[in-house]
Amino acid sequence: MRTLLTGNYAVAEAVKLSRAKVIAAYPITPQTTIVEKLAEMVEKGELDAEFIRVESEHSALAAVYGAAIAGRRAFTATSSHGLLYMYEMVWWVANARVPLVMAMVTRTIGPPWNIHTDHTDLLTMRDSGWIISMAENVQEAFDLTIQGFRISEEVDLPFTVGLDAFQLSHTAEVVEVPDQQEVDEWLPERRQSYKVLPGNAVTIGNIGPNEYTAKLRYAMAKAIEDSRKVIEKADNSFGEKFGRKYGGLVEEYRLEGAEYVVVMAGAWCGDAKDAIDRLRDEGLPIGMMKIRYFRPFPKEEIKRLEGKEVLVVDRAFSMGYMGIFGMEVSSVIGDVTNVIAGIGGVDVGVEDFEAMFRKFASRKLQRLEWWPREVFS
Amino acid sequence: MLTEVMILSFGGQGGVTAARILALAAVNEGMFAQAIPQFGAERRGSLVRSYLRLSDQPIRRHSSIKKADVLAIFAEKILKIVEVREFLRDGGITVLNAKHGIAEKSYCVDAAGIALSLNLVAAGWPIVNTAMAGAMAKPLEISIESVINAINSTFSGELARINARAAEIAYREVKKCQAGSST
Repeated sequence: MRTLLTGNYAVAEAVKLSRAKVIAAYPITPQTTIVEKLAEMVEKGELDAEFIRVESEHSALAAVYGAAIAGRRAFTATSSHGLLYMYEMVWWVANARVPLVMAMVTRTIGPPWNIHTDHTDLLTMRDSGWIISMAENVQEAFDLTIQGFRISEEVDLPFTVGLDAFQLSHTAEVVEVPDQQEVDEWLPERRQSYKVLPGNAVTIGNIGPNEYTAKLRYAMAKAIEDSRKVIEKADNSFGEKFGRKYGGLVEEYRLEGAEYVVVMAGAWCGDAKDAIDRLRDEGLPIGMMKIRYFRPFPKEEIKRLEGKEVLVVDRAFSMGYMGIFGMEVSSVIGDVTNVIAGIGGVDVGVEDFEAMFRKFASRKLQRLEWWPREVFS
Repeated sequence: MLTEVMILSFGGQGGVTAARILALAAVNEGMFAQAIPQFGAERRGSLVRSYLRLSDQPIRRHSSIKKADVLAIFAEKILKIVEVREFLRDGGITVLNAKHGIAEKSYCVDAAGIALSLNLVAAGWPIVNTAMAGAMAKPLEISIESVINAINSTFSGELARINARAAEIAYREVKKCQAGSST
């Protein structure tokens, strides 16, 4: 069905179609309407799930962790300070190799108090063992949520879908929503080799020899490495089933013959693509490699950009160094030009990208530059 | 072709809902649409900007609209608070809940009068969003049938009926208007 949905309602719809059985969350702007909608679906009997009301984000993730080790398909959602408040459980869930899906509506970390998007909050999950994806539009947020359950359950690692505050979470766009039967065919019921249930006493994560810990981390490192293939396979088979294939860890946009390549992620990629089209019309050979998955990091894909002029546009900054994407991309291909923009939700539109890319192509950008320069000088 | 629309309203007048209804109506007609509330917390009574994009192609951009092709002004009082022309692209169209226009291409409708006549009032204010959606449909070239369908899928029962009526009357009564001296 072709319909109009906000990013948050699309995620809720995807969770419903994925037949999640346990949902727990604590409200935080701009995530709240995801779980509000899910609570409404449960209340109306449209979704056969347990909705657990909890007193904090830490408890929210702890609750779905428990549900997931009991063999249920589980979902939660949060943003910014909510994520930071559940941070201990973020690591616990990953290290315990528990599959579940969490929507992360990216929101600036305060102070100053700010509810708008940047990517710093999401990227604090970088080293934790979560599979970290980012949507460009409402349809992609919807699709990633469904794919997330399948990927997560196949590799036994938690999966997060990042979507930009307001630009996606509260923006209504055209979405193709498949029917339940189609989703059931693609996403079968969850199967897990073990179930921790009442009456079946098992300890999970108990203390053990240090070598156990090291071996478990090694297995986890291997699992997230292997998830590359699983992600690609899911993207392909989803594409066959639903007609939307994105390209796996990255999406390539107008890279044919491109001498200049922009690397970025999130909702503003759409604005940047419109800018790229304008510049291409003028004959400038520019394209984009859109990061869809930040972990596992698309190192092989990035490697293909060697020999090209690469601009990484970051919405997150690692204090004391450079943009977080900039740092990651340069770890693969060496020096890149890194622009820091849109911090704290500062609006960056098509004209801004056009001006930025023009400066980039005429080598007028510094290696590391906060955009726009005049604001920060 | 991409049409960018901005709605200026007071929080509580239903600017966000109007953008959604028109987006839904356009989608019903096979178009692509995007409805964006003012980024941030809702603030009742203060000036709110909502955005609407319509296109025959998928819409990729997500930034806010700085200058609109079509600018809708939900209350005459807004003209006294902000320089609304700053939000209008050269040669753009305005649709006003007012007696006089402000630019060359203006459309006027008494949306407050229509809302009051149908008793569409909340907390003492006329709720003008569906009347304004009906009026805006004219220059946006969206059929009134699609707007009514969108209203029916947004509201239910008597509320849907009255709101559809408001849109219908506004669609019929909206007129091209000249810039007046009173503003």
